[in-house]
Amino acid sequence: MTNAPTGSRKGAAIDIQACSKFYGNFTALDDVSLRVEPGEFMSFLGPSGSGKTTTLNLIAGFTDLSKGEIRLGERPISNVPAHKRNIGVVFQHYALFPHMTVAKNVAYPLRQRGVAKAERDRLVEGALAKVHLEKFAHRYPSELSGGQQQRVALARAMVFDPSVLLMDEPLGALDKKLREVLQLEIRRIHRELGSTFVYVTHDQEEALVLSDRIAVFNKGRIEQVGTGHQLYSNPQTLFVGQFIGESSILRGSHRVNGAETALDIGGTPISAPGTPKSDGAQVILLRPEDVAVQAPGTGAANGRGNVIQGTVREAIYLGSAMKYEVLLADGTPIVARTATQGEAFGIGAGIELAWKPEDGRLLTDDGSIGGH
Amino acid sequence: MSEPETSFLSPRKFLSHPALLTLPALAILILVMAVPLGTVISRSFTEGDAFLDNYYWFFNTPVNMTVLIRTFRIAAVVTLVCAIVAYPYAYAMSVVGPRLRLFLIMCVLVPFWVSGVVRTLAWVILLQDSGVINKTLLALGFDKVKLIRTQLGVTIGMTQILLPFMIMPLYAVMRGIDLRLIQAAKSLGAHPVKTFFQVYLPLSLPGVFAGATIVFILALGFYITPMLLGGTQSSMLSTLVQQQVLSLLNWGRGGAMGVVLLIATFGFLALAAPFMRQKYKMSGGSR
Repeated sequence: MTNAPTGSRKGAAIDIQACSKFYGNFTALDDVSLRVEPGEFMSFLGPSGSGKTTTLNLIAGFTDLSKGEIRLGERPISNVPAHKRNIGVVFQHYALFPHMTVAKNVAYPLRQRGVAKAERDRLVEGALAKVHLEKFAHRYPSELSGGQQQRVALARAMVFDPSVLLMDEPLGALDKKLREVLQLEIRRIHRELGSTFVYVTHDQEEALVLSDRIAVFNKGRIEQVGTGHQLYSNPQTLFVGQFIGESSILRGSHRVNGAETALDIGGTPISAPGTPKSDGAQVILLRPEDVAVQAPGTGAANGRGNVIQGTVREAIYLGSAMKYEVLLADGTPIVARTATQGEAFGIGAGIELAWKPEDGRLLTDDGSIGGH
Repeated sequence: MSEPETSFLSPRKFLSHPALLTLPALAILILVMAVPLGTVISRSFTEGDAFLDNYYWFFNTPVNMTVLIRTFRIAAVVTLVCAIVAYPYAYAMSVVGPRLRLFLIMCVLVPFWVSGVVRTLAWVILLQDSGVINKTLLALGFDKVKLIRTQLGVTIGMTQILLPFMIMPLYAVMRGIDLRLIQAAKSLGAHPVKTFFQVYLPLSLPGVFAGATIVFILALGFYITPMLLGGTQSSMLSTLVQQQVLSLLNWGRGGAMGVVLLIATFGFLALAAPFMRQKYKMSGGSR
């Protein structure tokens, strides 16, 4: 499950301690604390303007902290200028020097560090081999495709063996197919290097593919930090639940029954384990694969204690599964994914939805709008 | 056979041969450039006692050589000073916000819209012995400086008049430089000073060369400013041409001087050309 490096752990820990960043009256980052373990692959996931890139820029030293402290391998770095932090950065826009060849670009950080020519050539060759671009050493960046340019940027950011590598949406400008190929390469490079990787993205799928852990950012704060599995199966906030994976949301007035809470959905009581964590409206979040679609009148079976009537609005055959979009009587849309072997229902069919109460996740409505 | 589309003057024919659209400009150029130039060149050879007589005279008259060298020297100094003054100014223009940028552009362009003669006369008032500059110097307890009728005065005036020709190409190139490259250089361990010399300066050089070429060539042919601000010890080649043609009515010798200046200019362009060629494209990545 984890993507831990096989080599010696030489990555440095990043300790973000109560950091804030203000631009005038605007709070870009609001009292964020986070520890990235040595050699870990951590993704910062969130919508644009959520503070993830701000945090990356603070670590890289491109922006100054307003409050708080950042430690790199236990050393405070607030007063260390960007060029002395020894952190590799890969940008979404590649940021290759257009007037230098590929080899010169990759050699650039080594030149700054006074590495002798022979050693420099050897390291550049090695870094280019890692990204499969040995043959392009003497080309100029403008003569390469987007994917090749980003590979050069990657080679340049890792050639000086930094203990931390930061990537700001590095695959954002590339098409889907190329993105998938490079994702696997980045995973492989992380395993080989053993450096600490911080990867900024707004693509939850990408974060799931790459990371050991994911920090979900929203409105300048971190909503939750955890493995992809933890975030998917046990979201702590509605925002996280909706941002990671597909989900349906049930809303209604709630009543606490001991260790359970029930929501009134158009007269039907729907229960989920747990009691409200904070005041305000409560919702239940459902994952499509947990919801069964059955013929009306089947009722509670196989421990699926929550049953509610609905109408099929869309039925989509996905090969391995059927995906149903079902409308409840009050208009709430619910997505269900079932095995293809079962009974199939057509559009407009009246059906029952059923699921185990423990598969529903009781969360406080934080106003985050659904559907990512 | 005579379908309207195939007629030479039909609009469609014109659009299918965009080169034809250059005809009006070409006609004017031939009339006001090529013909007089041809006349000048031919008269420089034909007028005189013998073939090449005028050129023999030009290269064997010490004062001509002195003025020729001085012309190139003043043009070079003006170009250098323009580059030094314009570089930080153009950089500021390329990085400030839109309002301040507009203000900086206006500061360059408004004087540019005033005729060179008027600006030169303004410099006469500023530079003269009892002018603003010298009065200020005296008031501050310094000695007077001889500015008018000196090469220094000529250089100051020409630099101010030619400055926009350096700033604008520099600004155009600098605006195209991706400032995020500076950030990238820093993250790779480059000290800010090294970042400038290794990344920013090389990327801005095409602008420097373009501006320098324009300023240098314009400076070589400057006439009004050296005449009004300079003395006999600071006259440039164009002044000598004017003397030959208008005062002495010796079109042959004047023509020969013009041809020498023209060839020298072409020679300079040929020397500068390799530096202007760019091996790379600016747009390396996504923007």
